[in-house]
Amino acid sequence: MTEAVLHSPSRHRRLAGQISLRLATFVVALLIVAVIAGPWIAPYDPNLVELSERLKSPSLAHWLGTDHLGRDILSRLIVGTRVSLGSVAITLAVILVLGITIGGASGFIGGRIDQIIMRVADIFLTFPTLVLALFMIGMLGTGLVNVIVAIALSHWAWYARIVRGIVLSLRHREFLLAARLAGASRMRAFVEHLLPATLSQLVVLATLDIGHMMLHVSGLSFLGLGVTAPTPEWGVMISDARQFVWNQPMLIFWPGLALFVSVMAFNILGDALRDRLDPHLRAEHVH
Amino acid sequence: MASFILKRILLLVPMLLGASLVIFLMLRLGPSNPAMDYLRLSRVPPTPQALEHTREMLGLDRPLAVQYFDWLGKAGRLDFGTSYALQRPVLPDLLHFLPATLQLAGAALALTFALSVPLGMLAARCRERWPDQAVRFLAFLGVSMPNFWLGFLLVLLFSVHLGWLPAMGRGGLAHIVMPAVAIAFMSLAINARLLRASMLEVAGQQHVRYARLRGLSERHVERSHVLRNAWLPIITAMGMHVGEMLGGTLIIESIFGWPGVGRYAISAIMNRDYPVIQCFTLVMVAVFLLCNLAVDILYALVDPRIRLSAEGQQ
Repeated sequence: MTEAVLHSPSRHRRLAGQISLRLATFVVALLIVAVIAGPWIAPYDPNLVELSERLKSPSLAHWLGTDHLGRDILSRLIVGTRVSLGSVAITLAVILVLGITIGGASGFIGGRIDQIIMRVADIFLTFPTLVLALFMIGMLGTGLVNVIVAIALSHWAWYARIVRGIVLSLRHREFLLAARLAGASRMRAFVEHLLPATLSQLVVLATLDIGHMMLHVSGLSFLGLGVTAPTPEWGVMISDARQFVWNQPMLIFWPGLALFVSVMAFNILGDALRDRLDPHLRAEHVH
Repeated sequence: MASFILKRILLLVPMLLGASLVIFLMLRLGPSNPAMDYLRLSRVPPTPQALEHTREMLGLDRPLAVQYFDWLGKAGRLDFGTSYALQRPVLPDLLHFLPATLQLAGAALALTFALSVPLGMLAARCRERWPDQAVRFLAFLGVSMPNFWLGFLLVLLFSVHLGWLPAMGRGGLAHIVMPAVAIAFMSLAINARLLRASMLEVAGQQHVRYARLRGLSERHVERSHVLRNAWLPIITAMGMHVGEMLGGTLIIESIFGWPGVGRYAISAIMNRDYPVIQCFTLVMVAVFLLCNLAVDILYALVDPRIRLSAEGQQ
């Protein structure tokens, strides 16, 4: 340890950290409310076209203005949370299940199966993630479901490797041996004793990845490969607003800001979670 | 050193073969029906006879292994087939668009390096003072900023509002600045923070104290003793960021009307023009692997420990 590493942050900065964590928690809570109750909170129907009201600047009736079809932007943002964030939640769940089963099997069974699984994972890791996701969408077709599958297929290998690493590091610990000696089957030892120990680290990693995944999903929607036109989704909204960049730039500003603030909130939360649950967890420590 | 490089280059072969296997198998074992898409894109009504004929023509009726080795053999001779939609050979078209993409991604990479090193140094030098706080804030923004949104914000400020930079197209330096910044921003921010942490860690080590005790100037200590060790993690991080940058380039191209592979590939993806998608993917993987090869070689050049241990193995 060097003095640089031991140097503790100033009080001033710790306070700033606490405030930003509170804010981040608040933003995430808002997002969750919007995901669950979005259509009921939104002041207007997000797909209500009113051509007489098109491209209006913010007003009391439309707090953030209206888009090129006269639809209320605030309502579209609120309702869009469900697609933008919901799809990320599903993607992460799929990746976690894939990562835990494949990586867990690899680390727990070991031997030749481990070898084969890890070589396959290595192959998937030779692709840049977005290129692999694009390729998968090309093979499966466009659309939200296929985007979720594509992102899951392009990320599972990272998680499988991490889970395998954790499992290998725990495999010979006493509590596992004790469980086996007490008569637990291999499957039961894995599910009841190994999995909980792995899970806390995975939760941290997943929280840190939510922001990253949101950027992926909305980026693909922005390219027109994910969610398509009338559905309110932040990436689609940015893409729709491109043609009005010269006369109504705020159309691009709001959905981007929503995306940016949400990603930032999840990043802050993930960092805090890591510091609290698992201060030693760093990507490079996991092989 | 030469044997280290050679070994590393030989390693590319199994990696590319693995990638080609995924690219081939996903098409043949996935839900897609190439013959059907071929007919759709050539605007031929999919009668049973036409389908049968197309399957034969595309070789889909042969065993999977035969198809794979046939495809691989042709790919080895740089023949990736013809586009279903355009009825033109795929590779020449792709290579026509590739330089623009590589130029943009390269500019972003250069920008990342050129800005993150001085910023990281500055932050380390002024630890806990305002330049350090500013870099921390920048990193904080960088990891959360959607690159395509940043692209638009730049256009709004510098093209729409100030009228300083062209919003679209490829040309001189003025054209490449905004897209390169949009692509590089995230890696730039991460790398600056990484360099700061790494420099502070090295700065606390014995050999740096000894260098200072010997009366060497602060500048000399920083450059020859701290930085030389501290930028190793940066090189590694750069290798990891190359993939993100290639992906980012594909998205950013569409905003700035940059004539790269992005639009060509994305329209192929929407059309399900399989030969184009396969060729595009393989080329991008090859570029990515070559960049990582370069990073590894650079690493070995900078860090004698890697080089010597690689040579010691023989």
